[in-house]
Amino acid sequence: MPAPATMENSRLQYWEHFAHGADIGVRGVAPSLAGAFEQAALALTAVVTEPAGLNHDELVEVACEAPDLELLLVDWLNALIYEMVTRRLVFRRFEVRLDGGQLRAMAWGQSIESPGIELAVEPKGATYTALHVGQRPDGHWVAQCVVDV
Amino acid sequence: MDIATLERWSECEWMIAPQGKMRVPAIIYATESLIADMDEKVREQITNVAKLPGIIKAAYCMPDAHWGYGFPIGGVAAFDPAEGGIISAGGVGFDVSCGVRTLHTGLKVADVEAMKEQLADALFQAVPAGLGSRGKIHLDNEAMRAMLRGGARWAVEQGYGRQEDLEFVEEGGCMAGAEPGEVSEQALKRQQDEMGTLGSGNHYLEVQRIAEILDAETARAFGLERDEVVVSIHCGSRGLGHQIGTEYLKKMATTAAGHGIELPDRELACAPIFSEVGRSYLGAMRAAINCALANRQIITHLVRQAFASVFSSPELPLIYDVSHNTCKVEPHKVDGELQELYVHRKGATRAFGPGHPALPDVYQATGQPVIIGGTMGTASHILVGTNRGEALSFSSSCHGAGRSMSRHEALKHWQGRSLVDSLASQGILIRTRSYRGVAEEAPGAYKDVDAVAEAAHASGLSRRVAKLTPVICIKG
Repeated sequence: MPAPATMENSRLQYWEHFAHGADIGVRGVAPSLAGAFEQAALALTAVVTEPAGLNHDELVEVACEAPDLELLLVDWLNALIYEMVTRRLVFRRFEVRLDGGQLRAMAWGQSIESPGIELAVEPKGATYTALHVGQRPDGHWVAQCVVDV
Repeated sequence: MDIATLERWSECEWMIAPQGKMRVPAIIYATESLIADMDEKVREQITNVAKLPGIIKAAYCMPDAHWGYGFPIGGVAAFDPAEGGIISAGGVGFDVSCGVRTLHTGLKVADVEAMKEQLADALFQAVPAGLGSRGKIHLDNEAMRAMLRGGARWAVEQGYGRQEDLEFVEEGGCMAGAEPGEVSEQALKRQQDEMGTLGSGNHYLEVQRIAEILDAETARAFGLERDEVVVSIHCGSRGLGHQIGTEYLKKMATTAAGHGIELPDRELACAPIFSEVGRSYLGAMRAAINCALANRQIITHLVRQAFASVFSSPELPLIYDVSHNTCKVEPHKVDGELQELYVHRKGATRAFGPGHPALPDVYQATGQPVIIGGTMGTASHILVGTNRGEALSFSSSCHGAGRSMSRHEALKHWQGRSLVDSLASQGILIRTRSYRGVAEEAPGAYKDVDAVAEAAHASGLSRRVAKLTPVICIKG
């Protein structure tokens, strides 16, 4: 289920999935670029399990860099996939800071072995398909790509 | 896809003539009906592939082609290094050497029906499946590197399976030229818990009934009989392959311009074959192929143990193991001359015909088995490679049904629990840790695999031999 849009400074932020033949598109929308990256990360979590109701006890710090915003989005999502798989976590909350081509973030989540979590499918990697980071006419930022599952 | 825009060459062969920056034509093997169902993205992607440097003859789509990443899934393209040819991480994909292995059981369907619940439970217990499942084998980095060099051969040496299995695996179970040194620490770490695991998504372990024989002579050569039960394992190189795909896609995307390559689509990230990044990727990708071969070999061992816990002394000999996301160096005739080409098969299966030296003796007269996975509610197929396929598609055929509906859409139509119950009422037992995963993999979300197999047959890519129907399916 896509997240209900939340209000931040009277402007909406939300995540959603979009259709791709074999796999799943993830999209984050927010007033800020960093917010759009955070929402895209929530959309990635939702590929694996429903984010609402997840705890956020465990903290992981992520850093990546790329020559442009779109490659940076892919790097960000792939870094999260790596942490999900190797630490066996699913993430619920993010704080992203962007500085040029560099991203620093904190991601909070819980163990995939926690009771009551239903895991759907494993993301293999964020792809360059339908990859877009940009601003809409209303000023909101959109960050999206397709994730191979 | 609008069929009126294609030039028809034969019943199942359609061409898009070179236009714009296309260096070669694009050729689609499919019936009218399959083409009508293909997304326009398939056209966009295959014509983009046709623009890549050093591409030889044509860019090909198999009958199950659908929207992929850079390459359509079901895409085949070969490149000549002497012509500035490239190697593409996008042309192989994240799940390097994902493939299918099918085993005989020596059992009849009546034998399995009598013990179906116990067998389903035994397989579900024996083979880790689904996101978060842990493999029973944990390798340190040194053992991991040995596995990446040795593939299924390494697995047999460790006690997983039998020496005679290797004859029925592509490359004899071990891809030459693997370079574990080109595989990152992150990729090794990602694989740590995943040796001998099925994965999730469209991966499965399926007990199948041979429901129909369509080519009696070839079926005899493959040892297939009506109402015999076989077992198919569909999975790939797991986290290691995914991480290699991720890393090299970025490296190739960011260095392409420096090699003078204009990427029509960033997902077609590629590099000249003999460039530093091209050679590095080739070594890493071959290591990932070995990881996939080792993984299916370990799962074979676990499956045999599960069968042995239910039935007495089952051997479960291997019919064949095929991979469908690879780039392999193969000799092919181009304008009458044999050339070494780098053949990318993205969601496409190699399909060598009779007499090919790479095939085991027992398949020399027939050609190799080509295993086409279907869905847990419909069917799968075993076909055989043809000599005609060499000229048609560098000896390539399709790999599966292909999705007709996104996962997102599938969740709107089906619920996992009721789907499992519905299939059980049809005599198909599903075991899964994820009902949502089952819903996403609903049979109705896939194309008609019978139509795909018929198109492969009609086009000459491979010939139908047997149709298999599911009895038990372990889903990731």
